[in-house]
Amino acid sequence: MTATARAAHTEGQQLLRLNGVTVRFGPYGEAAALDAVDLDVAAHEIVCVLGPSGSGKSTLLRVVAGLQPADTGQVLLEGRDQTRVPTHRRGVGLMFQDHQLFPQKDVAGNVAFGLRMRRAHRADQRRTVAELLGLVGLPDAGRRAVASLSGGEQQRVALARALAPRPRLLMLDEPLGQLDRGLRERLVVELRRLFGELRTTVLAVTHDQGEAFALADRVVVMQDGRIAQTGTPLEVWQRPATEFVARFLGFDNVVEATVQGAAAVTPWGKVPVPEASPDGPRRLLVRPAGVRLVPVADGLPCTVAARTFRGTHVALLLQPSEGPQLEAACALRDAPETGERVGVRFAAEDVVVLADADG
Amino acid sequence: MALPTAFFALFFAYPVTAIVGRGLKDGGQWQLGRIADVLGDPDVLHVLWFTVWQAAASTGLTLLIALPGAYVFARFDFPGKQLLRAVVAVPFVLPTVVVGSAFLALVGRGGLLDDLWGVRLDTSVWAILLAHVFFNYAVVVRTVGGLWGQLDPRQEEAARVLGAGRLAAWRRVTLPALGPAVAAAALMVFLFTFTSFGVVQILGGPTFSTLEVEIYRQTADFLDLPTAAVLTLIQFAAVLGLLAVHAWTVRRRETALRLVDAARTTRRPRGPGQWALLWGTLVIIVVLLVMPLLVLVERSFAGPDGYGPVFYETLRSAASADSTFAVAPLEALWNSLAYGVAATAIALVVGGLAAAALTRRGGRLVRGFDALLMLPLGVSAVTVGFGFLITLDRPPLDLRSSWWLVPLAQALVGVPFVVRIMLPVLRAVDGRLREAAAVLGASPWRVWREVDLPMVRRALLIAAGFAFAVSLGEFGATVFIARPDQPTLPVAVARLLGRAGELNYGQAMALSTILMVVCAGALLVLERLRTDQSGEF
Repeated sequence: MTATARAAHTEGQQLLRLNGVTVRFGPYGEAAALDAVDLDVAAHEIVCVLGPSGSGKSTLLRVVAGLQPADTGQVLLEGRDQTRVPTHRRGVGLMFQDHQLFPQKDVAGNVAFGLRMRRAHRADQRRTVAELLGLVGLPDAGRRAVASLSGGEQQRVALARALAPRPRLLMLDEPLGQLDRGLRERLVVELRRLFGELRTTVLAVTHDQGEAFALADRVVVMQDGRIAQTGTPLEVWQRPATEFVARFLGFDNVVEATVQGAAAVTPWGKVPVPEASPDGPRRLLVRPAGVRLVPVADGLPCTVAARTFRGTHVALLLQPSEGPQLEAACALRDAPETGERVGVRFAAEDVVVLADADG
Repeated sequence: MALPTAFFALFFAYPVTAIVGRGLKDGGQWQLGRIADVLGDPDVLHVLWFTVWQAAASTGLTLLIALPGAYVFARFDFPGKQLLRAVVAVPFVLPTVVVGSAFLALVGRGGLLDDLWGVRLDTSVWAILLAHVFFNYAVVVRTVGGLWGQLDPRQEEAARVLGAGRLAAWRRVTLPALGPAVAAAALMVFLFTFTSFGVVQILGGPTFSTLEVEIYRQTADFLDLPTAAVLTLIQFAAVLGLLAVHAWTVRRRETALRLVDAARTTRRPRGPGQWALLWGTLVIIVVLLVMPLLVLVERSFAGPDGYGPVFYETLRSAASADSTFAVAPLEALWNSLAYGVAATAIALVVGGLAAAALTRRGGRLVRGFDALLMLPLGVSAVTVGFGFLITLDRPPLDLRSSWWLVPLAQALVGVPFVVRIMLPVLRAVDGRLREAAAVLGASPWRVWREVDLPMVRRALLIAAGFAFAVSLGEFGATVFIARPDQPTLPVAVARLLGRAGELNYGQAMALSTILMVVCAGALLVLERLRTDQSGEF
């Protein structure tokens, strides 16, 4: 048994492993697109890398596909180092952000491309193509020209094309990025069902948290080429690890605080914190749901600075008598008018003590 | 990049430097004083002055006549437009010798105008200018009209909505966007007319002579190599300057214009003004572009005993011709075709490799290489031809008696066209398509075959057609190196025109007609390919 094979064996189910992968750009390598990234993806797992543009997400996929060499570090697929393996022998699939369908081939020609490269039998090719086009909901589109497809249809064809050669790892770059909202929400559900049925291992990147949370078993949040947090969608949503993650998820109620036992001292006064929070100076997140409106006399007095109707609830921007502005959410019928004065109390279950800023 | 570089070093730089060196060196000593001597010669100054002003006048006249045409082709939709577009392009690929003979048949002694009204222009500069317009009309229509058609008309509409009048909107929005394209076209026309050889050689008579013609005369007639070398250097410097300006305007043209599909901007003409413009353009095209060609055909059939294929029949036998040919004139057609195929193959390989290298790499060095590739268009073909004779005549490269000498020289002129056509298409292939193919398991070779080749196949065919047409029409270099018993069509035409006698004249017209038909046929096939392309992508 060789060393790598043994390593694969002891690592159990890890299909993809990144060991300290660093990629630098710029004439002097001053800009790190990926900075010593470690990441594991288990077989049959759906992992979503979430981050703002420029955080290194796409570079991560390109390194795994072999389209971008890593300056340092290793990419292992099923325990084997891929450094010297060219892209076309890695056996991974990649769905590009803007699909990159071959314009001179029809839909079936695009889907069959990977099978042809693997010299599959013609009959097998035809069967697989028909099967996949059925699976993505375009059973009769085989002869159509790529240019005649709508954005959503192109996306499905790109998916079928990436799936056809049965890659051991399927990577998706902003899979639903260019589609409109309704289509996106429908497709995300379809994708998750499809990947479950096919038991595909998926590594997707997106800047859209809704997409990531709906699709992934595990979410990896990236910041400036580093991994800021890893966890299930629920964990990441409930317990953002750092201020960056919290703000990226759309939470803006973040303040300096000093934790002492069951409460923290903040510019908004004392705020209760969850049990067993570590003492000391920290940053504190209060989710809007944790900002409860009470009569003025019973809490922190605030003025309603703005209110925005959000469909399911009303988002309020509150100006406390001291400290930074606060975001709150409340039901439509309870919502105060702009300029009204209200009191605020905080609920401990929606308060999160964040790690140090650069965590 | 190695092969194209070697090709240009061996078959371009080496012969040109050798001949310039031979002219300016005496016993191993550089005789730079000769430059001053030649420049001080009033005859040379006269030639230089004529070269510049006829080029400027030709360019101005071409723009004046062709710009309305560019507008018509860009914005109007009318029946037969595709055909007309092809017709307009025919003169550009026609050999200069044919253009010269066509105008001779129209305005020369015994020409159509002479027959009808006794008007002769072949001794005046007008014949040269009109022939240059005929030749370069397509350059302006293609480069300017092509961009004009893609300019978003909504930009002009936006200006109108903001309160600009029709003319003001055109002047402030369209003209600035079009400016660089007009400048590029003007420079191109200037370059072609500045180095004009065949047209001036045939129509200029003893009075008018461009630098290129003078180089030929000094080299071939007077064997005055020093003067020829100095003239070559002058032309070289001028062309380098022009190319630099051209490269600059092209780069400006490529920046920051919002382009749309040309098919969306055309519509049928509206109102009497627009119809008049359309009809005016048609008349100009018929009179200026179609007439000379028709007259050429007519003369080729006008035998001594009325119309008939007399001249064509005599082309087949060597006996009927005088000492001009050791072989039947028709042999020239087969020579031309064989040379053309070989030259096309060479130009495609060299130009394709150069274009591929230019696509994959960037940087200043590559851009310099890009500009160098254009040089053969401007350097005196006569110099290249004569350079071939004096440099490639001894081992290790003794090609003097080789059949390949002619196609090599012709390929030199074809390569710039191949590169110009291939480069934009190769650059337009999205790199991520190649990546998508690689991720799906295609090796680099398969990626090229599956992604690049299908997209550039049409461009490759078009480039091949151009290289073929250029090779068929090449005259300046071929006239030097073609062996007397293996003339090409243009060489044969020029020889026939150089002789007196009705039979020679008629045969020249007949050969020119054949040459024209072959070139036009190649071009019409290309035009088909081109429209297919625009329809699909």
